[in-house]
Amino acid sequence: MKLLVCVSKTPETTAKIAFTNNDSEFDTSGVQFIMNPYDEWYALVRALELKEQLGGSVTILNVGPASNDAVIRKGLAIGADDAIRVNAEPKSSLYVAKQIAAVAKEGGYDVIFLGKESIDYNGSEVSAMTAELLDMPFISYATKMDIDGSTATIEREIEGGTEVLEVDTPFVLSAAKGMAEQRIPNMRGIMMAKRKPLKVVEAVEANDLTTVATYTMPPSKTEVKMIDPENMDELVRLLHEESKVI
Amino acid sequence: MYVDSDVKGIMNGTIHRRAREDRYQGHDYYNIDDLLTDDHLMARDAVRAWVKQEVTPIIEDCSEQAKCPTHLYKGLAEIGAFGPSLPVEYGGGGMDEIAYGIIMQELERGDSGIRSMASVQGSLVMYPIYKFGSEEQRKRFLPKLGSGEYIGCFGLTEPDHGSDPSSMITNIKEDGDHYILNGAKMWITNSPVADIAVVWAKDEEGKIRGLIVERGMEGFSTPEIHGKLSLRASITGELVFEDVRVPKANVFPDIRGLRGPLSCLSKARYGIAWGTIGAALDCYDSALRYSMEREQFGKPIAQFQLTQKKLAEMITEITKAQLLVWRLGTLANKGKATPAQISMAKRNSCEIALKIAREARQIHGGMGITNEYPIMRHMMNLETVLTYEGTHDIHLLITGMDVTGLNGFK
Ligand SMILES: Cc1cc2nc3c(=O)[nH]c(=O)nc-3n(C[C@H](O)[C@H](O)[C@H](O)COP(=O)(O)OP(=O)(O)OC[C@H]3O[C@@H](n4cnc5c(N)ncnc54)[C@H](O)[C@@H]3O)c2cc1C
Repeated sequence: MKLLVCVSKTPETTAKIAFTNNDSEFDTSGVQFIMNPYDEWYALVRALELKEQLGGSVTILNVGPASNDAVIRKGLAIGADDAIRVNAEPKSSLYVAKQIAAVAKEGGYDVIFLGKESIDYNGSEVSAMTAELLDMPFISYATKMDIDGSTATIEREIEGGTEVLEVDTPFVLSAAKGMAEQRIPNMRGIMMAKRKPLKVVEAVEANDLTTVATYTMPPSKTEVKMIDPENMDELVRLLHEESKVI
Repeated sequence: MYVDSDVKGIMNGTIHRRAREDRYQGHDYYNIDDLLTDDHLMARDAVRAWVKQEVTPIIEDCSEQAKCPTHLYKGLAEIGAFGPSLPVEYGGGGMDEIAYGIIMQELERGDSGIRSMASVQGSLVMYPIYKFGSEEQRKRFLPKLGSGEYIGCFGLTEPDHGSDPSSMITNIKEDGDHYILNGAKMWITNSPVADIAVVWAKDEEGKIRGLIVERGMEGFSTPEIHGKLSLRASITGELVFEDVRVPKANVFPDIRGLRGPLSCLSKARYGIAWGTIGAALDCYDSALRYSMEREQFGKPIAQFQLTQKKLAEMITEITKAQLLVWRLGTLANKGKATPAQISMAKRNSCEIALKIAREARQIHGGMGITNEYPIMRHMMNLETVLTYEGTHDIHLLITGMDVTGLNGFK
């Protein structure tokens, strides 16, 4: 079983968010980065569990600059066998999907795992685009997955219930909470990660169809107004005139 | 000796898991992280995550009930906290001394008792077997100690000989291919659950020798010491030897004299120098957060100059200590850290940690004396750490002797 897990680098959840360059770029100064938790806790760990159960290999793929290597090494420390980094700035979802598709085509993987979204831009786009570019089946927001031979059984949470799907390999899957549990790398893994292969490849030609114009911050929270329970007219007036919700 | 019933104890609710989130964040005022490698940072994050997952939820209860979470020996082994700087082929982690220090710091951020469990196993049991043991002893014991299958303890202190171990009376007498061991050791971390004990005893020539005593050997017992008000989550006991027949194959072949145990202590003290900064950081982190959230006289108490003085002094002392141990670590990596330099760092880190715990306790007001916050637990733990592995005053005398060349001990 040849498994590919695509991981991205995202700001740490407590990072202070600011923008530069006329509010068109995220200001990375002083920000700590981590591996996107959906990629790490669910996609990567489930891939490792399947490898442990069925044999095969787990390859990590990241599209990004050399400064992403620390995040990739963490994936290797958790247990992946090797890694590929496409040496390019991950400019947009489509750009990244095209890079992943190029690598995936060459590698001939049975399953291509991604997280259901990255916790920074929350686009949930890359996985679907990748599947489309590879002309493979795509299962989004998977919460459980098992493989028997070349057929996988996958569960997805849907409104009010669960959907169970069957799909033949190869396919693309985006992993959601429930798929696996976080694994903390141990010291042996951290030391072994240094000796595992990390191949750097150049990006394929790919144009973007969108560019970011600006980012804006959500309005800062205003103070809570306390209204006397006797004074319902005032509450109605505020909801109507100030918050404009009724 | 890891028993499944302990895990069941937790499941059964004897030890309660707390749901409250551990909001600890590290503090690095002088960007010392820039001096560390990616491996160091990854190791730190991993152990921090492990502590948040495994230690924080149970530690207050373990401490309150004086229950050692023995199931964590296996977890400590799995994460790689036993002998991280020993070679991989002998059950260690193959990391450098700074990584070892960082791991101890993160463990002690959780609890000094948990750090002690790891320090003893790695630095006081695995290290001497690695350093002084025969190849057969290394092969027989180290992999099992590294994997947590065996728990070890270290017996140097005796009831009547603490700071002055060279006066010890525990002794061995040759008898064919065995030695007969008699005597008693006191205050031994891990002893009641240990499978093996590295014991220091005098031979017939009065020379200190090291030997490995195994559970089950006749005449060997390990009664637990009760009533500790410090390091309550770590189990402590005695080692009692009544004509214990120890095969010669269990005796370290070449090492003679106090140099043997002292070199182990250097290794462990080095870990404590890093470790107690972890306890200090936890107290500071909690105090900083509490002072921003707690309001009195209409503003956060962090806005009062007296609170700021406390916080500013805490982070100053933490930063100084961080730089000291980082430098000590770079020396240790080159094999150049002297025992006296290690003494200075151990003493300094313990002192600042205890002071910070006391100041942090005040910032938390009445809440500071409860187990809602980690402060009192750290403070009580640190009283042990100040005393074991060489008391605070003994380390001062070591520095004094080092700078004057004059022995202030006797
Ligand atoms: C929880 C706990 C766990 C421990 N774990 C271990 C273990 O695993 N293995 C082990 O071998 N030991 C262990 N110890 C023992 C510890 O190392 C000793 O307690 C320590 O060395 C001090 O010895 P003592 O208690 O006999 O005090 P003493 O040596 O009696 O000291 C009492 C006081 O006298 C002072 N003093 C002594 N000599 C001098 C001097 N020359 N000049 C000035 N002041 C002096 C000391 O500084 C101290 O303040 C542990 C102790 C505790 C509390």
